[in-house]
Amino acid sequence: MIAGYNFAYLDEQTKRMIRRAILKATAIPGYQVPFASREMPLPYGWGTGGIQVTASIIGRGDTLKVIDQGADDTTNAVSIRRFFARTAGVRTTERTREASIIQTRHRIPETPLREGQIIVFQVPIPEPLRWLEPRERETRRMHAHADYGAMYVKLYEDIARYGRIATGYDYPVVVNGRYLMRPSPIPKFDNPKLDRLPALALFGAGREKRIYAVPPHTPVKSLDFEDHPFRVESWRERCALCGSGSSFLDEIVVDDSGRRMFVCSDTDYCSGRRAKRSGAEAA
Amino acid sequence: MYVAVKGGERAIEAAHELLAQARRGDPQVPELTLQQVSGQLSLAVDRVMAEGSLYDRELAALAIKQARGDLIEAVFLLRAFRTTLPRLAVTRPIETGRMAPRRRISATFKDLPGGQMLGPTFDYTHRLLDFALAAGASAAPEPAGVPAEPGPMPRAPAAVDPAADVNGDARGPARALAFLDAEDLIERPPMTGSDDPPDITRDPLAFPAPRAARLQNLARGDEGFLLALGYSTQRGYGRTHPFAGEIRMGEVEVEIVPEELGFAIVIGEVTVTECDMVNQFAGSATEPARFTRGYGLAFGEGERKAMAMALVDRALRADQLGEDTGAPAQDQEFVLYHSDNVEASGFVQHLKLPHYVDFQSELNLIRRIRAGTPRAVAAEPEPAAAGEED
Repeated sequence: MIAGYNFAYLDEQTKRMIRRAILKATAIPGYQVPFASREMPLPYGWGTGGIQVTASIIGRGDTLKVIDQGADDTTNAVSIRRFFARTAGVRTTERTREASIIQTRHRIPETPLREGQIIVFQVPIPEPLRWLEPRERETRRMHAHADYGAMYVKLYEDIARYGRIATGYDYPVVVNGRYLMRPSPIPKFDNPKLDRLPALALFGAGREKRIYAVPPHTPVKSLDFEDHPFRVESWRERCALCGSGSSFLDEIVVDDSGRRMFVCSDTDYCSGRRAKRSGAEAA
Repeated sequence: MYVAVKGGERAIEAAHELLAQARRGDPQVPELTLQQVSGQLSLAVDRVMAEGSLYDRELAALAIKQARGDLIEAVFLLRAFRTTLPRLAVTRPIETGRMAPRRRISATFKDLPGGQMLGPTFDYTHRLLDFALAAGASAAPEPAGVPAEPGPMPRAPAAVDPAADVNGDARGPARALAFLDAEDLIERPPMTGSDDPPDITRDPLAFPAPRAARLQNLARGDEGFLLALGYSTQRGYGRTHPFAGEIRMGEVEVEIVPEELGFAIVIGEVTVTECDMVNQFAGSATEPARFTRGYGLAFGEGERKAMAMALVDRALRADQLGEDTGAPAQDQEFVLYHSDNVEASGFVQHLKLPHYVDFQSELNLIRRIRAGTPRAVAAEPEPAAAGEED
């Protein structure tokens, strides 16, 4: 651990302030709680919200997993994991099952989360109504009145123009039948995982200074229409490494002629399946 | 090739080594010292202190050196350090009226008590590259055609009686706008709210933001952003008819009142640049017409910043003064949410982080939309895709 800094970097006063915001957010599922976001030694937009949430809840007994795009070995995930290894000296892991806290950018792991785990999302823009109404004063009023008609109109316009809802990620959800919420830029493929998730989901937006939460087992519904039900992405291909036909796949261009290869975005899930398979072959 | 799109710890370390080499430059050339940076690139240091919201020349110089001269990166370094510092005390408001100015000009009066004093300014220099400087020789000092700077002003005593604290104290020249105020021709400096100002680094902004919070935000805001916004008001997007009532730059004392003493003590001195802008008048059937004000203040020698800030401050008061609104510089949320260059730089540059999961979703979507046939939709499996069923 680095000398001269408190455990997990933030001072205890700041952690207390953030924990209060987390408690409030958990008590009002999907509601964005303003908090006094600190300036972190990592850039805004690179996970400062998630880092502050993680720093406020992490203890010496925790095991931390950090993923970006589902992978443990992407540069920013490496950098954030290293930040906590240096400032908190906690155990880190790449295994979803072993982690007590998972900080993520843009994915929910394929391995189902269990009760007792906490997943911390990095959020760039917390306000689901922002592209429809740029003014915070106005969007707060809309949330207060549950005035979400504008969002349904937007989705309807998508259907009129493209024949389907043209949102692939950060797909809006309603939490506990009340607050419209951005699930952060996870692919809509991951939205169903949030519904009645046994783990606690915390969302931190550092630059925008907001924290929100989905408590365990809370209903989370992706917006849709009766005649245009919500659907997730799917691939005709299977993962070229582990053969999974049900995970979110990254498409990788492998040569100049544009040939593609599809592999799991969740590296832990993929390597776990490969290990199991080679174990079965050896046996 | 699969590994190639992922980064790793070793790649990061190697990149940081390269960065250290690039920062050092040619090892044959002597390394910059912090004294050189703070002494000879002093305006860069001033800007980093202002936008970093931390008055420390040495740390700002270190930040500039470490950031290879990238001032926004240096501001970021300084901010990330500042955020770890405890708040020991709140100072009393600095008294710029008691400043011993090194520069002081008014564009609204030809002459005024205390005189006009150019000080160390780029104004009226001819912007000709000075090749003598390149050769390492100091430029010949320009002939001094301005009134000589007065000798050092007497310092305020270490303890100041708060009761004796009046505007335009004899230690500094009277404020130019005080002459207008004496005739009731200009509004009193608009109140900023309470004696206990908000701290925008400790409390999230809420809207409408009080003026004290707005001024704090502008004071640490990006100079380029404020410059463009201020400029836009001059070109008609929220025009305010500004005159530079007074600009002064110099040292002011910083005082705190320790609880156990009960009176103010001076803890140090900071250089600031202040701009008092006189703007178009407002009045009504019941209120006599008066000029209005805009205010700018920056750490160090930051005249461009202070002037731009004063324009934007005034523009942001349009609502309160009952003027037409709608220009970008008059829009609180637009200005205050986008003024911070550390936030802006981080978020703009986060686009270089991997986004391939989101992009994959978009690819999926656009292919579906293009296919546009019921067959493509029917090919989708049921949404219960998340799991480990195979």
